[in-house]
Amino acid sequence: MNRIQSLFQRKNKEVLNIYFTAGHPTKESIQDIVLQLDSSGADLIELGMPYSDPLADGPTIQESSQKALANGVTLSYIFEQVALIREHSEIPIIMMGYYNQMLQFGEQKFLEAAQKAGVDGLIIPDMPMYMYEEHYQHMFQQNNITISFLVTPETSKERILQADRLSSAFLYIVSQSSITGTASKATEAQKSYLNTLKELDLKSPSLIGFGIKDYDSFHHACQYANGAIIGSAFIKKLESSDLPIKETVDQFVKKIRIPVS
Amino acid sequence: MNYHVDERGFYGEFGGAFIPEMLHGNIEKLRNQYLLHMEDPSFKDEFDALMKDYVGRPSPLYFAPRLSDKYGAKIYLKREDLNHTGAHKINNTIGQILLAKRLGKTRIIAETGAGQHGVATATVCALMGLRCIVYMGSVDIQRQAPNVARMRMLGAEVRPAESGSKTLKDATNEAIRDWINNPVETHYIIGSVVGPHPYPDMVARFQSVISEEMKWQLQHQEGRDYPDYIMACVGGGSNAAGAIYHYLDDDRVQIVLTEAAGKGIDTGESAATSVLGSKGIIHGSKTLLMQTDDGQIIEPYSISAGLDYPGIGPMHAHLIHTKRAIVQYATDDEAIKAAFELSRIEGIIPALETAHSFASLEKMKFNKEDVVVINLSGRGDKDLATYIEYLNDFSQS
Repeated sequence: MNRIQSLFQRKNKEVLNIYFTAGHPTKESIQDIVLQLDSSGADLIELGMPYSDPLADGPTIQESSQKALANGVTLSYIFEQVALIREHSEIPIIMMGYYNQMLQFGEQKFLEAAQKAGVDGLIIPDMPMYMYEEHYQHMFQQNNITISFLVTPETSKERILQADRLSSAFLYIVSQSSITGTASKATEAQKSYLNTLKELDLKSPSLIGFGIKDYDSFHHACQYANGAIIGSAFIKKLESSDLPIKETVDQFVKKIRIPVS
Repeated sequence: MNYHVDERGFYGEFGGAFIPEMLHGNIEKLRNQYLLHMEDPSFKDEFDALMKDYVGRPSPLYFAPRLSDKYGAKIYLKREDLNHTGAHKINNTIGQILLAKRLGKTRIIAETGAGQHGVATATVCALMGLRCIVYMGSVDIQRQAPNVARMRMLGAEVRPAESGSKTLKDATNEAIRDWINNPVETHYIIGSVVGPHPYPDMVARFQSVISEEMKWQLQHQEGRDYPDYIMACVGGGSNAAGAIYHYLDDDRVQIVLTEAAGKGIDTGESAATSVLGSKGIIHGSKTLLMQTDDGQIIEPYSISAGLDYPGIGPMHAHLIHTKRAIVQYATDDEAIKAAFELSRIEGIIPALETAHSFASLEKMKFNKEDVVVINLSGRGDKDLATYIEYLNDFSQS
């Protein structure tokens, strides 16, 4: 069992997963951000692997990726940073990026490096499920790296069940048909989609992502899943805040956890 | 060797559909339905009628006497430049707009580089009364101003892509993101043989009208239905795909693809994907692309906006990998020179993209009796601003 799987054994509601682009706002900030997220009360970290052409991402993550790349962040650097974080923290860490990055690094080599560094899971939104099952599932298991697949309001029931079967960490529920960072109020259609998922009695824990940005949207999402993922809102905060990074992170997490009075 | 697409959308090891789940529904629907519609007789009738009366097909296969003299072969030009809107791009947009209507879509998006595909898309949207949004890199908006104006006149909205190199790659990213955000009512008309399956195959099929006509035109003019060489330029590769489609399995036909070398292959300012690229994923397809060791896509360069693309269609990657096709490279300067030459000796001003293919003529060794077809994929009106800068270099004194 790895860190993500044991997290969901201990905790099955209000799991807070925070995403940020590794190496943004500064190259050196990865460790500080992760360690502070851990001590402030996040449950799970998603480290975005900055990519030149992030198709599924909105402007916030695109821009943070461009900046991280300009800061000189590479995959090897991210692995090094995770290894350093592991000297101080056992918070589960996922890396999220695009299939081409893993392909170019070499799939086997990538998984070994991830495992060695102390990464617990991957999310590769453009890797087809059949390809994972036919080529990679065994490789992931051997390296004790989990995977999470995405489902959206347009995903058929058959594919939801496939994603549930293949996901070894959690199911990533995309709340709406959109790229990341698009916020909107929950519609009736969205509620019925989330209820349908709930009724399917899936084996995997589930986290809801896309459009989660504050206490209200987080706790609303948590009614339908084991927790939720916040990305773009956190990145924007890191960028706009005048405070030192640690304070910024701490305030952000506390505002998600504690209602504003 | 099989040069056609397999069930999962692969050409050998290239192709496939590497897309985020948010696009899966649309791509799946398209994959299940494109052949059904395309093979439906009423679809074919409608397509053929528009090709004839609206596009102006068949496009002539013109024997170019002075060019033939100069290069020592029988050179024919497939005149896609004479199509309505001035390039081969309209063959595909007519096909896809008919498909979009049958799929019940009401909003059309497209990407464009040189603006030819954008114009061809805006045109068919006007024809069918559908809303049209074209994504175009802001750098390309600058260098292809006439086409931007044409799209707007046709009623399309042109949205600048400001990310990355602000060219074709980035316009494609923005169009894909639009489709993710608007999956239900929107159809994305991709302009080249790129993108996730079924796009490369679908676009190649719509463009295959080019080689279909070449067959009977050659039979009529040469007494045999195949040439010895087919030459075409490749960015994504849609005009080339159409020109070679019906000859893929005919080994008598040598396929010559010309890539844009920009300022020179080794200058760091090039778009010669087959030399500078390695296997990877771009725009949902596994193919050859220009990238760093860390898998970051490299921004290409070419004077021609339509060839300024860091990838190549998966079908072409396979043809190159298996050596079915040979690849030539033309620099900016060679393309400009070839454009002036064609203008001066045949009275035809080609598009800058197309000019790259003509630049390969002097690198070929032909026999006098060889029949060579060059796909004259587009006309040069849109490139006049660029050509004007070189007028003094080529003055007839």
